[in-house]
Amino acid sequence: MGQGYFVNINMSTFYFIAFLSIFFSILVITAKNPVHSILYLILTFFTFTIHYILMNAQFLAIVNFIVYMGAILVLFLYTLMLINLNKDSEPVKPFMVKFAGVFGGGILMVALAASLKSIGASNPVILQNPDLGLVKNLGKVLFNEFLLPFEISSVLLLSAMVGAVLLATKDTKTA
Amino acid sequence: MGLVDIAFKFGLILIIFLISLVVAMYSTYAERKIAAFFQDRIGPNRAGPFGLLQPLADGAKMFLKEEIIPTNATPFLFIVGPSLAILTACIGSAVIPWGQQITIGGHIVDLQVTDINVGVLYIFGVVSLGVYGVMIGGWASNNKYSLLGAIRAASQNISYEISMGLSIIALLMLTGTLSLREIAEQQHGWNWNILRQPLGFLIFIVCAFAETNRTPFDLPECETELVGGYHTEYSSMKLGFYLFAEYINMFISSAVMATLYWGGYNYPGMDWMLAHTGPTIAPIIGVVVLFAKTFLFIFFFMWVRWTIPRFRYDQLMDLGWKILIPLAIANIVLTGIVSATLTHFGY
Repeated sequence: MGQGYFVNINMSTFYFIAFLSIFFSILVITAKNPVHSILYLILTFFTFTIHYILMNAQFLAIVNFIVYMGAILVLFLYTLMLINLNKDSEPVKPFMVKFAGVFGGGILMVALAASLKSIGASNPVILQNPDLGLVKNLGKVLFNEFLLPFEISSVLLLSAMVGAVLLATKDTKTA
Repeated sequence: MGLVDIAFKFGLILIIFLISLVVAMYSTYAERKIAAFFQDRIGPNRAGPFGLLQPLADGAKMFLKEEIIPTNATPFLFIVGPSLAILTACIGSAVIPWGQQITIGGHIVDLQVTDINVGVLYIFGVVSLGVYGVMIGGWASNNKYSLLGAIRAASQNISYEISMGLSIIALLMLTGTLSLREIAEQQHGWNWNILRQPLGFLIFIVCAFAETNRTPFDLPECETELVGGYHTEYSSMKLGFYLFAEYINMFISSAVMATLYWGGYNYPGMDWMLAHTGPTIAPIIGVVVLFAKTFLFIFFFMWVRWTIPRFRYDQLMDLGWKILIPLAIANIVLTGIVSATLTHFGY
């Protein structure tokens, strides 16, 4: 099974997976139970993994699978299971807040529709190197061309981590 | 890919699946016999000679028990939990190279279901997915003990995944590939990775114990505190799936350890064997060797279970975060320095 298999795969697969992505994302925001909502989010991320595989970005696909599906969403689920959200604990929002939310959302939609109108026919992005997503090529590109942004983002993540630890242990008396 | 190749591949998948199930079945028997040996008892000896039919009797019992779905449980997720657990346990075997290429009646067959070039990461993905089975099942049971067990499982798995990943990075720095097939090939003729990564292997095996929820890290099903842990509410074959998944996980992680660190299907005198017995018999011996190594690891899992008592939960977290992660990072740095020095002096 060569790499070409993934590139030449039928367009209809893409449309089917794209449909599933949108379908599950809608379920994420409409589900009544927050835990169900997270489970739909997991399925949404799983469809993203399939998208990456269709684009032959195997490394990104598997990292998305491990990091997002396997770690971050587990922590989401973990937190939601602990805080025990239900109808009784749900805060009742005043009418004005609801109205402001609907109004703001409507304005955003108008703005998006207006900007979409001015866009021309779809301008497909052409992939220069179909094997770019393989581990070897990705590593070479990251550590040559994009070394500086790569290192800076790692420092950013480290500072976020140190900040989180600092916040968690701020009170030295109780810690 | 011709029709014959597809047929061989299909057969291979089926055989691996059946072997996983049979090994898991007889692991339960082995566990009870080994436990009996360690405690100076006889163990199961009624069903068949030496109690060999015991797993079948257990299986039949599991199937015939009453299926109970608690009134306040979420029925769909209650069923999804064990299904996911057994599914993730079974798909891990897809990237393990069970042997060299074998020639059967003129056809060359890979004894590996698929050789994806991110094989090691695939195993990680499957392992990280495995925790969902436990979490969903524990939450859907609507029982506080189940929920606590599920939450313990989640935090334990995430904590130990980090040090497991870090211990693998040191190994990948030496192998330079993520494909399990290539890693196995590189270890041909005593170049076993255990000789170059002893510390990495130690970290990996400790993490493997934690990831498969085996004693001393079986806190998610700690019966002294949590009744039955995440499967308290489960009965019949749904409980069976959870128990089965644990044994399949043990089998797969043993096979992964044998492949990554202990030479996989390589054994001393391999080339001599290939020259004297031909391309059909020699790979089969390789498969047998890999299985022997795997079974040794399974025995080790059981040996530890009946020797070392369970950790306390804070001890488990301390071990994972404060000892294993720094140790794994030190291992990466050390590996980097040593391999750079050796390259510098021309080895």
